[in-house]
Amino acid sequence: MIAYLIRRILYAIPILIGVNVLTFSLFFVVNTTDDMARMQLGMKRVTPEAIEKWKQQHGYDRPLLFNEHEAGLKKISDTIFFQKSIRMFMFDFGSSNDGRDIAREIQARMLPSLAIALPTFIVGLLIYITFALLMTLFRATALDVMGVSLCVLLMSVSGLFYIIGGQFVVSKLWHWVPISGYASGVDGIKFILLPVLIGVMGSVGSSSRWYRTIFLEEAGKDYVRTARAKGLSELRVLFGHVLKNAMIPILTGVVVVIPLLFMGSLLTESFFGIPGLGSYTIDAINAQDFGVVRAMVFLGSVLYIAGLVLTDISYTMVDPRVRL
Amino acid sequence: MMDYIVGLRGYAATLQQAKKKHPDALLDLREYPLEGVQVVDERTYRIKIYGKYPQFSYWLAMTFFAPMPVEAEHFYAQAGMSERNLVLDWWPVGSGPYYLSENNPNQRMVLTRNPNFVGETYPMEGEPKDAEAGLLSDAGRPLPLIDRVVFSLEKETIPYWNKFLQGYYDAAGISSDSFDQAVQVSVGGETNVTDEMKAQGIQLSTSVATSTSYIGFNWLDPVVGGSSERATKLRRAISIAVDFEEFISIFANGRGISAQSPIPPGIFGYREGEAGINRYVYDWVSGAPRRKSINDARRLLSEAGYPNGLDEKTKQPLVIYLDTTATGVGSKSRLDWLRKQLDKINVQLVARSTDYNRFQDKIRKGDTQMFYFGWNADYPDPENFLFLLHGAQGKVAKGGENASNYNNPEYDRLFDRMRNIENGPERQKIIDEMLEILRRDSPWIWGQHPKDYVLHHTWLHNSKPNKMANNSLKYLRIDAAQRNELRSRWNEPKLWPLGLCAAVLVLLGWWLWRVLRQREEAR
Repeated sequence: MIAYLIRRILYAIPILIGVNVLTFSLFFVVNTTDDMARMQLGMKRVTPEAIEKWKQQHGYDRPLLFNEHEAGLKKISDTIFFQKSIRMFMFDFGSSNDGRDIAREIQARMLPSLAIALPTFIVGLLIYITFALLMTLFRATALDVMGVSLCVLLMSVSGLFYIIGGQFVVSKLWHWVPISGYASGVDGIKFILLPVLIGVMGSVGSSSRWYRTIFLEEAGKDYVRTARAKGLSELRVLFGHVLKNAMIPILTGVVVVIPLLFMGSLLTESFFGIPGLGSYTIDAINAQDFGVVRAMVFLGSVLYIAGLVLTDISYTMVDPRVRL
Repeated sequence: MMDYIVGLRGYAATLQQAKKKHPDALLDLREYPLEGVQVVDERTYRIKIYGKYPQFSYWLAMTFFAPMPVEAEHFYAQAGMSERNLVLDWWPVGSGPYYLSENNPNQRMVLTRNPNFVGETYPMEGEPKDAEAGLLSDAGRPLPLIDRVVFSLEKETIPYWNKFLQGYYDAAGISSDSFDQAVQVSVGGETNVTDEMKAQGIQLSTSVATSTSYIGFNWLDPVVGGSSERATKLRRAISIAVDFEEFISIFANGRGISAQSPIPPGIFGYREGEAGINRYVYDWVSGAPRRKSINDARRLLSEAGYPNGLDEKTKQPLVIYLDTTATGVGSKSRLDWLRKQLDKINVQLVARSTDYNRFQDKIRKGDTQMFYFGWNADYPDPENFLFLLHGAQGKVAKGGENASNYNNPEYDRLFDRMRNIENGPERQKIIDEMLEILRRDSPWIWGQHPKDYVLHHTWLHNSKPNKMANNSLKYLRIDAAQRNELRSRWNEPKLWPLGLCAAVLVLLGWWLWRVLRQREEAR
């Protein structure tokens, strides 16, 4: 497995360089360094001198990719791309345009994002699997039809509706929890209950249907028929055999998203006032903050690759036949 | 400021040279005296400026003139501070009524009373009607009147509005979505809060903002620009056709007034009533300005050489291009509306929506015909609006703030006279002359001055909207006991739905269990 991990890490390097080149190219096709300076300096009374000074202070006074005024390796290294990218592979994200340390900012925002995403993920997984198992248990009955219809209904409703409707009913009409806000520690529980509930509700339709399909496929296999023929109860068949054997397809979809939970959710965090990472990238794009955009895209890529590696590793844990 | 403060231009060069010599060392500004600035005593300094510039006193009220202790600069310059995000602009040091005790702009910022702030009291006099509105009942009390002020970030208007109604925010603006719920307009045009809001004790304050939104014509454009009679009549025709009263009514819920010139109400030089109207676009009828008829616009268009919207030389329809950053779905209706306005005089409008950078680039290069723009006052002086049309501020030629590149030597001459004299009849006379030139030349469609609507709960006192002053927080007063009492009363939790949900879940579980048992027994 160690050889596999080393191989995957080595594969990741060209992928990350490619992502970095793509981010850089896309960003500077749309924005020039002068545009970035103007955005930071404000709309009024921005002089060319102030723009030059800003660029100098923030390291954007070099050529983008190739410095023809330098000699040797400096032609490549004395460029914005090289100076801003090379440190990132050491996870040194540098500073945002407003002078804040990006790594610290990400660290500070990651916890609130995780405070919502992790409970939503765990509670959601339990509810979706339970609901799917129930539909499998009562398959081909009126209950199953009702369950599937309910799933289709829930899938058809926009996520925004759940948020606005949830805030209106739970917080405005019934006053159970605050409409929005965030606090760390125990004080924060009242703030995360509603976003978690809505996050779970928002995916219950699609996820339960997906798990139901997996369970139904597994329930139709020969070993399940054998188990039933041996007189095992339906509950034991489902929980003892079907659930266990359905773990590989479940893990495929589940483990890969675990690292991305850190990245937060734009819509949920905006509506619930969660100071997380959800809007960090969008805000940075709007503010033309290349440092933050580059760091967040890089981090997203690293976490996605980590998710895929973790998925592969998890296969070996649930299925002894899989070897890496 | 380099053009005003004696020695400041050379001072920048001196500091740059010093920085080059010691790139890593902190520059102690006490070692580099500035010719135009002298320290008088511990709390006073004197600035010497070139010539006469009355607006300089307004500049002194801006943030970059805030006094800063040199110890703060030395403190933040220590090694390792910036790496830990401990920087001056995040943890500012000042001398005002509050200090920033918590700073997380992504969540909340907290201002706490500065224990060292003394000597300022609530004003004893105000504007007319201030006393009647109860705004002078705290006159003479030491400021600030609130110990702790919490600003929370709400990115979305719906939770923000609902939390205001629940009493978790003391004051709120009104989004278009909530306007009808919050405000009703009487037959006479008077605005007030709705009965629902009244029942909660919510009050409304309105004021016209010291800002202007306009549509500019590019003076360098061969079709709409320049001082020729043809172009002037064309601009006037378009100005009449674009009905900004309708725009304010449809898109701003009536929150604004049509502009008659660049100068908004509240700024010296603005004239109320008949004397203040733009006679090239409005007539004074029954005590109010009335937009000239569309026939007047058509006549002007015809005189400009575009009878019925067709170029009389080429017989081609006149097409005007509008550059805008409006690209979203919500902007489409505004652009459609503008198209419809020009359609009234058979002029075709093509909207060129672009991103912010490209738009600014076009403005800088003068590659536009018409464009949406706006200006918020930096300080309450007409110079801060009239300079937007000063030739020396031309965007293309000088990189200044005159985005229309308007150029009229007579206007420029009057501007140079007006800027350096005190407010008074002489200045008003010059401004009147300048406004007449502007209205005649019509380099802008004057657009609108937006109105600020602020709602506040009954426990918040001394609230008065002001878009320009940033120091009004110290005057506010809160009746905290009343707020707590009302907030608790309005937000008492209803627990019966929780019981109902639990009962339904238990019943459903029990029923499913029974069905399952029956199935197992039947096998």
